[in-house]
Amino acid sequence: MNKQIKPSIMKKSLTRRETISAYLFLAPALVFFVGFVIVPMVMCLVTSFFNYSMTEFAFVGFDNYKEMFQDDIFIKALANTVLIVVVAVPAVTAFSLWVSSAIYKMNGALCSFFRCIFYLPVVTGTVAVTVVWKWMFNKYTGLFNYVLDSDISWLGDSRTAIWCIILILFTTSVGQPIVLYVSALGNVDDSLIEAAQVDGATSRQVFWKIKWPQIMPTTLYILVITTINSFQCYALIQLLTSGGPNHSTETIMYYIYYQAFKLYRYGYGNAMGVILAIIIAVFSALQFKVAGKKND
Amino acid sequence: MKNWKKWLSMLLCAGMATGLAACGSGGGAGEDEPEVSDGATAITLWTYPIGSWGDAATVDSIIASFNEKYPDISVSVEYLDYTSGDDQVTAAIEAGTAPDLIMEGPERLVTTWGAAGKMVDLSDLWDDEALADISAVSEAVVNACKSSDGVYYEYPLCMNAHCMAINYEVFEEAGALQYIDEETRTWTTEDFGKALQALKDSGVETTGVVYCGGQGGDQGTRALARNLYSADFTNEDHTEWTMNSEAGIKGLQQLSDWVGEGLLSYDSGAQAADELQLFANGTIAMSFAWNASNESNYAEQVDFTAYAMTFPSDDGVPELDGGIYGFGIFDNGDEARIEAAKTFIEFVCDDETQGPESVVASGFFPVRSSFGNVYEGSDQEERMSVFNSMMPYLGDYYNVTPGWAEQRTAWWNMLQNVFNGNDLEESVNTYVETSNAATQAALGK
Amino acid sequence: MKRIKATPYKVITAVVLAALAFFFIFPLYWILTGSVKTAAVINDATPQWFPLSPTLDNYQRLFDNPALLWLFNSVAMAVLAMVLTCVTASMAGYALAKKRFAGRALLFSIFICAMALPKQVILIPLLREMSFLNLHDSMWAVILPTVGWPFGVFLMKQFSENIPGELLEAARIDGAGEARMFTEIVLPIIKPGIGALAIFTFINCWNDYFLQLIMLNSRTKLTISLGIAKLQAEMSTDFGLIMAGAALAAVPIITIFLMFQKYFTKGITMGAVKG
Repeated sequence: MNKQIKPSIMKKSLTRRETISAYLFLAPALVFFVGFVIVPMVMCLVTSFFNYSMTEFAFVGFDNYKEMFQDDIFIKALANTVLIVVVAVPAVTAFSLWVSSAIYKMNGALCSFFRCIFYLPVVTGTVAVTVVWKWMFNKYTGLFNYVLDSDISWLGDSRTAIWCIILILFTTSVGQPIVLYVSALGNVDDSLIEAAQVDGATSRQVFWKIKWPQIMPTTLYILVITTINSFQCYALIQLLTSGGPNHSTETIMYYIYYQAFKLYRYGYGNAMGVILAIIIAVFSALQFKVAGKKND
Repeated sequence: MKNWKKWLSMLLCAGMATGLAACGSGGGAGEDEPEVSDGATAITLWTYPIGSWGDAATVDSIIASFNEKYPDISVSVEYLDYTSGDDQVTAAIEAGTAPDLIMEGPERLVTTWGAAGKMVDLSDLWDDEALADISAVSEAVVNACKSSDGVYYEYPLCMNAHCMAINYEVFEEAGALQYIDEETRTWTTEDFGKALQALKDSGVETTGVVYCGGQGGDQGTRALARNLYSADFTNEDHTEWTMNSEAGIKGLQQLSDWVGEGLLSYDSGAQAADELQLFANGTIAMSFAWNASNESNYAEQVDFTAYAMTFPSDDGVPELDGGIYGFGIFDNGDEARIEAAKTFIEFVCDDETQGPESVVASGFFPVRSSFGNVYEGSDQEERMSVFNSMMPYLGDYYNVTPGWAEQRTAWWNMLQNVFNGNDLEESVNTYVETSNAATQAALGK
Repeated sequence: MKRIKATPYKVITAVVLAALAFFFIFPLYWILTGSVKTAAVINDATPQWFPLSPTLDNYQRLFDNPALLWLFNSVAMAVLAMVLTCVTASMAGYALAKKRFAGRALLFSIFICAMALPKQVILIPLLREMSFLNLHDSMWAVILPTVGWPFGVFLMKQFSENIPGELLEAARIDGAGEARMFTEIVLPIIKPGIGALAIFTFINCWNDYFLQLIMLNSRTKLTISLGIAKLQAEMSTDFGLIMAGAALAAVPIITIFLMFQKYFTKGITMGAVKG
């Protein structure tokens, strides 16, 4: 990291004082973090080994985990979740990078106009956005069928439903990355670009050789945040399809909710949550590894 | 620093201002915590939207009459909805903030929360008089309100039969009225098929929609599928799901065939609410999610005769799915509140004048024979007599079968499977297996 | 900066951007216009692109519910969560970035890992805790877990990396106490970051539909998101009413965003250098 104080100068008492003051600064955050994230998290991990429901609480070892991988719907939910992530994350990242590159050189007002437009679905509120899409996708009174002159049950057909979900997820996800990319691109050192152009570099070369490495930290951050959000896609499913048709929009997050809140199988739901957390962590770590190599 | 503080304080001010505005207009409508004087008991009631029991004005007036007689018990009400209500109750149970009283049907009160040991035994409300009075209407109601080991977790107020409705004028124009028995409002499966054909021949684009986009209003699709060939939905003991019987498969096959021939539609994206809207718009000629309260809800939007019918059945004798609505008490460990809650139930359900009024508020029919016709002399008498005439067709109340929640999800997923062209028998068997496994797991407890 | 030439690529880009802008604005337009349409217009298969006979009927029915109170609850909840998060996260982020102490690396790893955990999974334990603290069905049950979420600490740690160590060193030599150093040196530097975090937290708390659903039940304590979701009934879908609710929910937050977007983007500019 940036500044290393020489150990020889740093006396023991100083170290202690530093540690104490650090923990004093950390204390308020830690109170909330430990109290409302770590404690429930540990409870969640522990209860994932129990047959835990509204009426029962019995240790069952790894039974919940074993059951999970024999549960066809869980497997389907896992596949759908991965599909959503694999489609949405690159799409969101590429799209926001493209939009940002297109708008960051525009004059101030126009640039902030576009930035606001793409941020609108985020600030409109998830529930509000979801209900209006639900209406637009309606088979009989929705806009899509009218405009396309079709007769498709968009959210009711297993071929289209998940793509509708991904589309909505996409529109509510690109706002933040665009804002981030616009500032990152604006911060790219202009002198480097000019020097390269003088040397006769094409604009493609300028982008990949100069801009891309410099916005890498932003890209990494966007990848990780979008991945986490896509994995946890829940409200859309609950408000639009309840996981149907035919479990084609079932995501792990929704299935956890279904097991816990509809069937009261808390232990089983928690076990799935633990697996989901591990999967997200692995995905994020991979992204750090692949994208973050250069910037440590 | 200054700027940052300024905009934060502006945000806070905006919040406060909204708050003031809200207290001015919203606060009046809200139900604040009841003020409890010494010696008084405060209880909470959560209701699902059962007729006007989901409507604050009606419930407030019922509570007002209750307080005239029992000024020492204050009742505060929260209104649940069917989309998220169950989740809120689950959360409240786990958080220890469950209400004292809750109004719904046996599938929740008895099979779900009762079986989980969260409810109070209401046997003392079921005295001989009540038992006799309610049995006189239907033995099935009495059985539905108690658990398999005979403990009463629900005290019922009202009941209804879910039915279907047709667009009378469209049927008339298509010459399809000959297929229905206007006297009994019944029809046979064969005639139903002929009616569909007649509608189609007369140019009706979509006759009806078998909706399966979720569990909303699934009683309609269940009743339709099982009545076609008089299949049993569960066994008699309510321990097994049986739609994979010959009659059950035949019924589902028939539906699938009609859909294949274009005589009927399906929509895996629609639930009862969507289907009812289409019916009310006149887009489709029949609804499978009809009942007395939907008739009055959609009265304003409907500009044709929505003619209530029973479901078609091979023998012409339908078995309708019912709703039995009443009260249950969550065991919050406070004797005084449990007693107060019981007092409230007795007043609302048994009181000679309040009882019938409570039933009218639900828009359904009394479970007590002594109440007679609660709609007599009202402007609703004629309308309600139609639905009343269907009450004798009320079939087995299988909703109390354990594993109910899993079965509901499996059901609409099965329908989606069937209509999407997957192997019918296999889909039905999977549905039955899934549901039976859930039932076994629940019974094993 | 050079004047941009109108190459075919640029023209296509402009057209596509305009089309996309339309696509992103449209849902909001449809909410606002839908909220003033009658049921008959809404349920017609032929959409009315512009409300020809606007009605306030949907709003009237919306305000039969305590909708303004719901809105107030949402705002109050989000503002409180925002303030608490900004205070705790900026302090913690500073300590993690600029102080060397035992357990620092471990602590930061735990913060990062916790970010991957799906919130819904810990809801049942959270419910138990809230009931133990007697906070269920109060807005604190939503605020406390939101503040505990490690994202803010992570973000503020990234921003705090920008604080020049020499500045802190100099202040220390001048005999400044920890508290003074934080308020006089650290805060002004990370201020834009706090602005960004404030908006993030506000929006996240506002949109956290599921946490609200599970933690709140009283009609007077609902948030506007919950309120809208509740307007959908089992046996009827009243899109006009729901759109009125959606409009009521969307307009204030969009206004706040537009008013403060300058801070928002400025904050990001500072932070993104370090990623």
